[in-house]
Amino acid sequence: MEGYSRKDEGCPQLLDLIPKEKEWLTKSAEEKQTRNGSSEEKQLELRLGPPNGDWTIKNKNISREKDHESLLPFGYFSPWSSSSGYQVKSQKQTTPFLQAHGQLKESSQPNPAKTAVPNSSSSSSAQKRTAPTPVVGWPPIRSFRKNLANGSSSKPVSESQNAVGSKISSEKPIENSPKNLLVKINMDGVPIGRKVDLKEHDSYEKLSFAVDELFRGLLAAQSNFSAGGIKNDEDGGKAITGLLDGSGEYTLVYEDNEGDRLLIGDVPWHMFVSSVKRLRVLKSSELPTLCRGRKHGKRSLDTSPK
Amino acid sequence: MSGSDNRSEMSEDEELPDLGGDATHSSNSTAVSGGGGDQNYVSPSPDQVLENVLENVLCFLTSRRDRNAASLVCKSWYRAEALTRSELFIGNCYSVSPRRVTNRFRLVKAIAIKGKPRFSDFSLLPPDWGAHFGPWLSAMARSYRALEKLYLKRMSVTDEDLAIAAHSFPILKELVMVCCEGFGTSGLASVASECRQIRVLELMDSDIGDDEEDWISCFPDNVTCLESFIFDCVEAPINFEALEQLVARSPSLKKLRLNCYISIGQLYRLMIRAPQLTHLGTGSFSPLEIVAQGEQELNYFSAFAACKSLICLSGFREIIPDYLSAIYPVCGNLTSLNLSYANINAEQLKPVICQCHKLQTFWVLDSVSDEGLQAVSAACKDLRELRVFPVQALEDAEGPVSEVGLLAISEGCRKLQSILYFCQRMTNAAVVAMSKNCPDLVVFRLCIMGRHRPDHITGEPMDEGFGAIVKNCKKLTRLAVSGLLTDRAFSYIGQYGKLLRTLSVAFAGNTDLGLKYLLEGCPKLQKLEIRDSPFGDSALFAGLQHYYNMRFLWMSSCKVTRLGCEEIARQLPGLVVEVITRDREENETSEYVDTLYMYRSLDGPRADAPRFVHIL
Repeated sequence: MEGYSRKDEGCPQLLDLIPKEKEWLTKSAEEKQTRNGSSEEKQLELRLGPPNGDWTIKNKNISREKDHESLLPFGYFSPWSSSSGYQVKSQKQTTPFLQAHGQLKESSQPNPAKTAVPNSSSSSSAQKRTAPTPVVGWPPIRSFRKNLANGSSSKPVSESQNAVGSKISSEKPIENSPKNLLVKINMDGVPIGRKVDLKEHDSYEKLSFAVDELFRGLLAAQSNFSAGGIKNDEDGGKAITGLLDGSGEYTLVYEDNEGDRLLIGDVPWHMFVSSVKRLRVLKSSELPTLCRGRKHGKRSLDTSPK
Repeated sequence: MSGSDNRSEMSEDEELPDLGGDATHSSNSTAVSGGGGDQNYVSPSPDQVLENVLENVLCFLTSRRDRNAASLVCKSWYRAEALTRSELFIGNCYSVSPRRVTNRFRLVKAIAIKGKPRFSDFSLLPPDWGAHFGPWLSAMARSYRALEKLYLKRMSVTDEDLAIAAHSFPILKELVMVCCEGFGTSGLASVASECRQIRVLELMDSDIGDDEEDWISCFPDNVTCLESFIFDCVEAPINFEALEQLVARSPSLKKLRLNCYISIGQLYRLMIRAPQLTHLGTGSFSPLEIVAQGEQELNYFSAFAACKSLICLSGFREIIPDYLSAIYPVCGNLTSLNLSYANINAEQLKPVICQCHKLQTFWVLDSVSDEGLQAVSAACKDLRELRVFPVQALEDAEGPVSEVGLLAISEGCRKLQSILYFCQRMTNAAVVAMSKNCPDLVVFRLCIMGRHRPDHITGEPMDEGFGAIVKNCKKLTRLAVSGLLTDRAFSYIGQYGKLLRTLSVAFAGNTDLGLKYLLEGCPKLQKLEIRDSPFGDSALFAGLQHYYNMRFLWMSSCKVTRLGCEEIARQLPGLVVEVITRDREENETSEYVDTLYMYRSLDGPRADAPRFVHIL
């Protein structure tokens, strides 16, 4: 503004620039020939690897892998785990909010391959969707405005008054240090979530056991509290069993990196570990009804999300 | 509305004016004992009187532009103004050091600080770039203990910052954070528990971590002065009982925007406790719980009917469209409606929108299609601001809205002042029509999502459309262009865009001429952000006489070279020229810089630049 009255200083020096300017002009003259249409676009596109990263992606074979077909290669909004680098945000595939594999007869979106091999199923639907290479930050939509293709997000139906859902667009950073793999776990009826370190277990059975240990006491305290805190004769409360096979009062489900909700146990452990983002312990009785409750909120599921 | 930038005025230069030969006497001249009987009475000098008067008069000057002008008159005016300015606006947190600010202005009650450039919202800036609130906080904690209002936009704020702020500003009344990040619910807990006089707590479009902290419970029971509580962007479950109690003990609460973890049943409970609300964000607008069979659905309609003062409605984060009819009772009073998270179609929109006669601001998803926009056009004759967001933010999608919708809006909503329109296809004719039908346009942002896409009927570039906008909309100050654009479009902008302050360019232009037209033609240009356009060094040099008048220039993936940037830095020492480079492979070289971000600064290069930022 007014404070910067340096125009006079600037002018004489501009003249000095002319010889240099000529260099730039000759350069742009060359480029003028390729001005029109596609070749120019190609030139732009060549330089257009995402300008600031996709630090994790070196090759241009972008269309194949689901993870790389991202419009937002930066791990956006994960400042407090900046060391995690630029997480690649995968495009949200067709996701009914709850897709417990094999459980949802009412689901209008058959996607059988999904739980078994997440990558291939999504890449096949991804390939047919877009022709141009996705570009970082284009179209200019902030991340929290994405993932609106489904009428309702993949939030779970609430277990308690504190709806403990999680939205895809708000992937919370998980500590990805090599030492541990902590994922959040929430349980129906327990407002306070916990974290479990998946590296400490190598099988679903062990995980189920850990979940029991984590929540048994909390659940007991919860029910005691609501019962007026009258009795507490057992040590830590009732054991939580049958998490894996649907036989118990609760069932363990997880949310993968695409935001789908899946039953535990269908894929090999190591595959589960690589794709799990969050765990939930839901009341078994609510699993089939959940789908019913949400159905009329669903939109046509072949509209591509994100 | 969330996030809209009302502060579109240009940032002011806080520099000490060079008053080499100012005409006034020093106002420190000692008083001369005047006439009169009392020997002990020392009547003030004329200058002193003037300064006293001035200070009292200046209190009435609120506009910062007026104050800036006053401060340039002479030294005593400068001093008086500095002592009496209570509201500060820092448009770029790196343009001036916190210490310089606190040295000059001593009595500050309200401060607004903006940090990162806007393109950071779209992941074009690596994390940890900067804009840390910490240094500002340190300075303010020392000098502005009586701070009442704090507004931060695109700043990086930590939990610790919030704890310190809560502790340092005991009478803080308003805290507004827009597009901020770096903190979580623990930080919010500090604010809630320590800021006992907080009246306004607004968190908008910010990325807030879930530390699983029950921050709502941290508001002390005796805090009853809450007037505005906006937390719709907080992606974490909250303690509903505590919230309900908070609302119940806040009789002055007028604005409440809930996050998506609040079910419609919970919304009902809150609404019946707060029928005095004027602004409501409805949360999920969905029964997150299973409605047990046999249990009666609550009468949401009556809850809305009871809110007779409601004028602004938003939320609908996970709407079950069946519930939308509950809002009918308030539609006739609404001046602002935000359905931009509600994936509804035209048929679902129509019964609502046809009742919204007073609507002035409307945000919506393109799922309503052109037909929905036609309904808007028919019903909302008073519309001033429209934003149409895409359900699918992809380049190659179907696109339910087009030039048809734009044309309809232009024909029905003649008072339109601001539009943001995402679409897949557009024509020059529709844009030209809007330029003629809506002469009051101040903000025109059209995003044709396919890059380089021409007029889909004529096949021509979109030059003529945007040209008509700058030519016919004489009040235009903000413009965003898209589609296939040649240098001609920029010649139009340079020729007619005399009031233009903010311009956003992406994938446009042919040669350096494009940028030259802008830099030479638009005298009021303050904020220029360009990406993926073939503008190079010679264009950059064309702006040398203008850069000190701008808040910033952003150019990413253009054809600017490092040498060019260094030359600019050399020529203009008052600019901070940041070059941001991404990591590359060994064999991958580019003669062009990835990102150039430059801005004027009184205090030189910042000390907190990360390693990927080179300041030239």
